[in-house]
Amino acid sequence: MEILVCVKRVPDMAENEISLDSGGADIKRDDLVYSVNEWDNYAVEEAIQIVDRVGGNVTVVSVGDADAEEILRREMAMGANQGLLLSDPGFEGSDGAGVAAILAAAVRKGSYDLVLTGALADDGAAQVGGMLAALLDWPYASVVNLIEVKDGALRIGREIEGGAQERSEIDLPCVLSIQTGINEPRYVGIRGIRKVASIEIPVLDGPALGLAAGAVGAGAARVRRADYFVPPAGAGAEMIEGSTAEVAVKLAALLKAKGGIK
Amino acid sequence: MASHVYVLIAHQDGRLDDSALELAAAAAVLFPGAAPTALVAGAGPELEAACAAAAAAFPEVWKFDQAALAYPNAELLRPLLVKVLPAGAAVLLPHSTLGMDLGPGLAIKLGAAYLPDVVACEGQDGALLKVVRQEYNGQVSAHVHCDTSRGVVATLRSGAFRPAAVQAAGSVLDRSGDAAGLTARRRFLDVVPAEMGDIDITREEVLVSVGRGIGEQDNLPLVEELAEAMGAAMACSRPLVDAKWLAKARQVGTSGQTVKPKVYLALGISGSFQHLGGIKGSPFFVAVNKNPKAPIFQAATVGVVADLLELVPALTEEIRKGR
Amino acid sequence: MPVPPFSPATATLGGFPAWILFLLIPLAGTGCFAYIMWKRLAPLLRAAPDPRFRQVPARLALVLKIWLGQWRHPRYLLAGVLHIILFFGFLTLGARSTQLVFLGFMKSFPLPLEAVYGPVKDIAAAATFVAVAILAVRRAFFMPERYKVPPAMGRDHTPEALFVLGMILTLLVSESLYEGTLQAAGAGASPALTLPWAFRLMLAGAATPALKGLNLAAYAVHDLTFFFFLCFLPLGKHFHVITSLFNVFFMRVRTGNVKPVRHGIPDSQLDEVKSFGVKKFEDFTWKHILDFYSCVDCGRCTDRCPANFVKRPLSPRFISIKGRDYAFRQYPLVGEGGHEPEHLIGSIYSAEEIWACTTCGACEEECPVGIEYIDKIVDLRRGMVEDGLVPQSIQKPLSAIEKRGNPYGKLEKKRAEWAAKAGPEVKLADAGDTAETLYFVDSISSYDDRMVKIAQATARLLDRSGVDFMVLGKDEKDSGHEVRRFGEEMLFQSLKEQNTEAIKASGATRIVTSDPHAYNSLKNDYEGLPPVAHVSELIAAGIQSGKLKLRPLEEPEKTYTFHDPCYLGRHNGIYDPPREAIDAIPGLKRVEMEGHCRDRSFCCGGGGLNLFHESEEERRMGSVRVEQAHKAGAQVIVTACPYCLTNMEDAIKVAGLEGQMEAIDLCELVDRQLQDK
Repeated sequence: MEILVCVKRVPDMAENEISLDSGGADIKRDDLVYSVNEWDNYAVEEAIQIVDRVGGNVTVVSVGDADAEEILRREMAMGANQGLLLSDPGFEGSDGAGVAAILAAAVRKGSYDLVLTGALADDGAAQVGGMLAALLDWPYASVVNLIEVKDGALRIGREIEGGAQERSEIDLPCVLSIQTGINEPRYVGIRGIRKVASIEIPVLDGPALGLAAGAVGAGAARVRRADYFVPPAGAGAEMIEGSTAEVAVKLAALLKAKGGIK
Repeated sequence: MASHVYVLIAHQDGRLDDSALELAAAAAVLFPGAAPTALVAGAGPELEAACAAAAAAFPEVWKFDQAALAYPNAELLRPLLVKVLPAGAAVLLPHSTLGMDLGPGLAIKLGAAYLPDVVACEGQDGALLKVVRQEYNGQVSAHVHCDTSRGVVATLRSGAFRPAAVQAAGSVLDRSGDAAGLTARRRFLDVVPAEMGDIDITREEVLVSVGRGIGEQDNLPLVEELAEAMGAAMACSRPLVDAKWLAKARQVGTSGQTVKPKVYLALGISGSFQHLGGIKGSPFFVAVNKNPKAPIFQAATVGVVADLLELVPALTEEIRKGR
Repeated sequence: MPVPPFSPATATLGGFPAWILFLLIPLAGTGCFAYIMWKRLAPLLRAAPDPRFRQVPARLALVLKIWLGQWRHPRYLLAGVLHIILFFGFLTLGARSTQLVFLGFMKSFPLPLEAVYGPVKDIAAAATFVAVAILAVRRAFFMPERYKVPPAMGRDHTPEALFVLGMILTLLVSESLYEGTLQAAGAGASPALTLPWAFRLMLAGAATPALKGLNLAAYAVHDLTFFFFLCFLPLGKHFHVITSLFNVFFMRVRTGNVKPVRHGIPDSQLDEVKSFGVKKFEDFTWKHILDFYSCVDCGRCTDRCPANFVKRPLSPRFISIKGRDYAFRQYPLVGEGGHEPEHLIGSIYSAEEIWACTTCGACEEECPVGIEYIDKIVDLRRGMVEDGLVPQSIQKPLSAIEKRGNPYGKLEKKRAEWAAKAGPEVKLADAGDTAETLYFVDSISSYDDRMVKIAQATARLLDRSGVDFMVLGKDEKDSGHEVRRFGEEMLFQSLKEQNTEAIKASGATRIVTSDPHAYNSLKNDYEGLPPVAHVSELIAAGIQSGKLKLRPLEEPEKTYTFHDPCYLGRHNGIYDPPREAIDAIPGLKRVEMEGHCRDRSFCCGGGGLNLFHESEEERRMGSVRVEQAHKAGAQVIVTACPYCLTNMEDAIKVAGLEGQMEAIDLCELVDRQLQDK
């Protein structure tokens, strides 16, 4: 099975404190460390496991600049067979639909049976997978937490409200967006990354993908972030002060008064 | 700018989902002056009841009665909506797993812009719709501008808009014919409910909920003792379930249980919207967290900045003394 | 010696000259033994290299102390003393056994100093006889816990143990009967109360033909049993009778360090190594396989293992026994091996078993034959890391260390924020300051809200002692101590490179640290650094010199105890300086946790990545330790390690002993008691 996994380079959520720069136009990026989007990492692990079971190849692709190569290599160190970078100054400022169009062009250049994305990324939009499927006119399923390969089709599970699992059958080729917890991603050590350090990663730009100038990028974007801000804190909770013992006494009394002790 | 706004109504067993009335209210805020139409798809008597309920909040309801739509399959709904919606339409969906499944592809097929997980509305400037979204797992907010001149599909965060009041009856239009002969390349099989075992926190009046601030699994007995001393049930946030320290049935949140307790004690929980999304009603909300900037203090009634490992044993003792 | 009245060499069996038999038995026996030994050697020849032939004087010293001196045996007193008797019995009777072999086909085979040796060997045999009898009864009816075999590990080992004791008894009795029959016929005498003496009395009136027959029979039994026993040794735990001398000679000379990925390959060439760690059996070094052969199955290692005590899925004894049994199956004496699964993890060892270890070293400290465990576990972990099989719980901290140089993922520029609130001004190398002494803080004492207090107290103590010191600041990275011991060797190498560069650039001529893990890493893992000291040594010196003057305790009714951190005490031998410092506080009463102190200290639960790793266990190691302190009558536990302190404080809360027990770091304690604050 030929699987393409779309990965995105994002500020690492666990190891960063996100704060705004002085103008509010962007977050402070000086001290940020970046890594592959956590959901995308689960998708790559899933793809590798599928290919381990049924044979095939895993390609990881990213829309970005030269920095994105670092995360492509990390996923290749994890076990993806090849990487692909889609890079062009003209891609800057693309909205979700723009990114999806770029990825769709890359999908059409290859012959993939399955395309995976992470369910969401740093902007929480959870959109690229669904848009990609529509552009390719392939069936789609989001927040997938289970994949079984049957002949020519997949049996999938989606994580829906209440933690229940919605099971469906979906035809190939299709696009799936992957939810965290679908598997336990394997560890990628420094040694693994060094082993793939010199493998060539092809780069495709707009013309190579057959995208007209201005089809994507800031000019074509219909959704634009104007600025970041921190919402004014509301009244919030009434804070209880004091030593541990004092607070315990006050809280116990409050809980009793409000019916918290049965 | 849009003359019509179409709202997808989620329903189950004949009752409207909470999102329906929220979307009704949001329609008026996001698209003032646009005539709202409710889109209700399903099958059988449950659908009838849902349409009747929708008619109490929308002047016009389009009904799509089709056996294949008995379970809401986004892969069937999408081509249906593409068929019946006019060009340049404004469409509102809840930002639920259905909305996330349906919305992005729908926007592409309609040639419309996509505006996901809207948290608030900041107004309109001609065809430019200005909203608020959150990024980085809710750590920062962003002002987002959307060109709706060729239509827009927007999904709304659960609870972001106050539900609309119920009004006089609207009319129900049967457009089931448009839904005939729909096929999809994704076929629904069944739903496997989350394993609950004997635990049902949704009926509990007092919940002691624990999050990542507990540190290690070995610290859980401290919280168990507090819950026991209070006669309360234990609940938790998602990370503890992912780590397999507590059963899924105890998870409060959008991907877990929805609870409506009288008293909710959140220990070491940061207060992500996914967790808060599972708490309904207005409980007496106590939050304990080491981080004074934790978002949970915005949602709570009463807060304490403390290490729960120190406070909880002291609190347990106080409660035991007072019994 | 006078010519004996009869001898096996001159006997006949139904006309057939017995000496032919008694020549064939040794020839067959030695031949068989040589074949078995050759088969046993096979895996060692295919194993990884291990340079154990250097430092010969140190090795000979270890042989004298641990092998000949049986130094570790009395740690379990009864078994230890009994074994010492058995051991010296074996050694003493070795000459006699050799002589006996030749007496089967030679009329005489004199030994030097026989007049002295004769009585000595008889007394040794008598003592051994008593010891064996006690051992057999003990094994059969009063078996200690540590010999028990958990059902999952297979059949009980008692039958084999009793069988061997039976054989030893047979050898002793048959030799003494052989001797006794000769003495009854008038040739020689043994001291009173020895076995030959007893036999001589019993056979006093017997006729010579009867004595001759008995003598021949006793000899035959001895000859057959001896060679049977010789060939039996390499088949089980009694292989140690042969291998222990070599195993001790080749045992580790230095503690605290970890073996390189492959001996003979320098760190700079690690990228060329095809495969890291131990995945299949032959990836072990020959010494490690020799370790498996040498395991006596005594269970002392497991008995002291803190992970095993809290019911984690680890038993060091069974690491050795399973390894040994694998070798026996994979390299059988007859026929072809190769039926065992290739990968050790998932077949004889489980991943959880190997991750459960905190590398505390209690096992290695206890083993009477010098078996090493830590290197094997690190090697098995290296193999798992290479294959990506790392527990989820430590993937995040490892990733954080890679990106931020600390497991918490906190910003580098905040690493020295603690220094602003220390009191005295702290020099920062990353700001261009320099000083003679570098205080290497390491990650937990730099970032953890509670443990920064140790760094701050250390800074105040260094300042008061008049030490000119600096810290690296944001150029300091995690020492990588646990990174290496959890098998992520390349990340460790990267940290080592960065830290070494920063330390050298700082111009320091001496390093001090208050973190024993950092201490151990800088001293034993890193190379080319200035000398490293632990802060307790400086504190003790400062008190001695009078620079640190201490005032009496405010609450003298509390009793204190010192918990020896594994990486300060056991691995590096620093037991006394912290005690000297504590005892220098006027009015302080200190007790020891008897049986669990110094090199028998019970691990707190582990440091570094161990704080993140969740192993299946019944309770925490820290809880056990806190209870030991409680039982010893202490209300305050003093530690000298931020990880020990973290584990103790957590355990006190979980055990509900708040108010009855508290934990404090040595630096915090001394700092608190400084005069004129």
